[in-house]
Amino acid sequence: MTELLQHLVNGTSLGTIYALIALGYTMVYGVLKLINFAHGDVYMVGAFAGYYVASALGVQERPTLGKAVLVFVGAMAITGLLGFLIERLAYRPLRARPRLTALITAIGVSFLLEYGFQLPSFRTQAANLEGALRGWGVAVPAWLSALFARLPAEFPPGPTPRFFPEPFERVDWTVLGGVHVSNYDVVSLLVAIGFMVALQLIVFRTRFGTAMRAVSFDARTAGLMGIPVNRIISGTFVLGSVLAGVAALLVAGSRPRIDPIMGLMPGLKAFVAAVFGGIGSVPGAMVGGLALGLGEEMVAGYTSSSFRDGIAFAMLILVLLVRPEGLFGRVTVEKV
Amino acid sequence: MTRGGFLLRSLAPFLVALPILWLAQRSAPADVTIVLISLGVNVILAVSLNVVNGFAGQFSIGHAAFMAVGAYTAAEITVALREVQIAGLPVEMSDAVVFAAALGAGMLLAAVAGLIVGVPSLRLRGDYLAMVTLGFGEIIRVVIENTKFLGGATGISGLPPYTTIVWTGLGVVATVVMARRLEASTQGRALLAIREDEVAAEAMGVDTVGWKVRAFVISAAFAGLAGGLLVHKIQICTPRMFTFVKSMEVVVMVVLGGMGSISGSIVAATVLTLALEWLRGLDQYRMVIYSLLLIVLMLTRPEGLFGTREAWDLLPRWLGGRRADGRAP
Repeated sequence: MTELLQHLVNGTSLGTIYALIALGYTMVYGVLKLINFAHGDVYMVGAFAGYYVASALGVQERPTLGKAVLVFVGAMAITGLLGFLIERLAYRPLRARPRLTALITAIGVSFLLEYGFQLPSFRTQAANLEGALRGWGVAVPAWLSALFARLPAEFPPGPTPRFFPEPFERVDWTVLGGVHVSNYDVVSLLVAIGFMVALQLIVFRTRFGTAMRAVSFDARTAGLMGIPVNRIISGTFVLGSVLAGVAALLVAGSRPRIDPIMGLMPGLKAFVAAVFGGIGSVPGAMVGGLALGLGEEMVAGYTSSSFRDGIAFAMLILVLLVRPEGLFGRVTVEKV
Repeated sequence: MTRGGFLLRSLAPFLVALPILWLAQRSAPADVTIVLISLGVNVILAVSLNVVNGFAGQFSIGHAAFMAVGAYTAAEITVALREVQIAGLPVEMSDAVVFAAALGAGMLLAAVAGLIVGVPSLRLRGDYLAMVTLGFGEIIRVVIENTKFLGGATGISGLPPYTTIVWTGLGVVATVVMARRLEASTQGRALLAIREDEVAAEAMGVDTVGWKVRAFVISAAFAGLAGGLLVHKIQICTPRMFTFVKSMEVVVMVVLGGMGSISGSIVAATVLTLALEWLRGLDQYRMVIYSLLLIVLMLTRPEGLFGTREAWDLLPRWLGGRRADGRAP
């Protein structure tokens, strides 16, 4: 019984994370009918943004609650901006083209973020370039060397993992005779639920949300009705990316190891969660995320933990075979 | 088609290629041989992926996984049979028979893997497929990495160095002939119809899922062939060789050459392989360059170098050129 409760606790906290990421996929798919391949990498960038903000503020040395909030806001702003830029520069110019074109671009963006972040820092790269130029007998002017020396020494982070500083002290509680819950779990769950409620309110109670649903239903007609389609799509990207950033920080609280390819697996799994819930459906993404988190935790807990990563794909195959439109998805008939 | 036409189109390329390949093998120094073999392997990969991504218009990005299945199968067989000598045959002949059987088995198992992956995922529209093939590709690699029998993360080493220019060249010819013949056949037309308009194709009675799965299986089999050839040159077979990066490389080749153009894939594979050979020192930038190449290509020239045309269509008509206008033949 205790074991089951423990798995429920762990599964829920994992599931809310998947749900937050899956929301980004599902909203973007809703308005653009595009699987935003780079979404998992936006999540990765969120973790690094939080890491850089935290090191700039000195969270490692003197953590305070105010700094933790600043880290959150900073990372959310950076991921939101990244989402905006990706949409504006890579996807918008291709909107009228076949869907495959946008998809290939999305894959390109995803790999650019993953491998761009694995490059050595700009200062090291500049030093290498300087060395190579000198080797070819090209003199590097002094002002250029001075400029090189001012390039960031910590960005891009390179392939070695970093460790996220703890924003506040970890406290473990034992409740109900043996179930371990930490304050990180509680905070993470509350924050995740808070953001999901906020999202629900935005999507169903505000003018922006109404416009978003209209664009998702039929972008052309929505445009004819005076809805600024481009702005709504940008807003959707920003919203989804911000949620991915939040998810990254919540994960980094309990699993502090971050590296440039950390977004790959959570991204794929959240995509599975979105498909399971019915891609394009906001409540579907939440239910899908929770189901995946719980399922993974149960399978890992009761059988073998090496099956953990397999359960998502087993779930995906099952859904695709039995009900490809997902739990909450509408059955759409393709019309010519 | 008459029987003579069949012989001419399917067998003549092998007969023409064989003496050339043999001469190349005799005269090429060791470093050139390595480059030529990796070039051939990349051409096989690009042309076979083009069958799915180009002809059928289904975007698969898990090609390396099928390559891994073929490579591991072939490697297990040649390692197990390396001491075996078939009675009554000289050593080279016996080795060649073993290698051919190993490559065949690799293709077969890769095709089976393609079937297992293809049946559930190809029911979906194109954009799901990319994500699903990516996931399956990773899963296959993770399974290999955790299987003791296959050497785990360290893989299998000490493979016999069977792969030569002749073997690779014959593989290339087989792949290109397969792709050309497929494109011109009834099956190929069904695939092109699916690419151009899936709904219309289905309305015309084309079994869309069936043809897509078949294209996927064929493509997986040839990826397995490429894997088998590659590992018997570098004599080691590890899961790290078959990651995303490899799949991505092939995707870039196909997209750069033009999805649906066999000669485009060949040209792109050649250019990228040779460029990488010259830019060895910039290895860490390779994936960044690939991804930028993909994005810029999509923004400026999404049809790639050749579009769906072939290099030989651009020849003047008296040389056999068809001057296709970029549409499906």
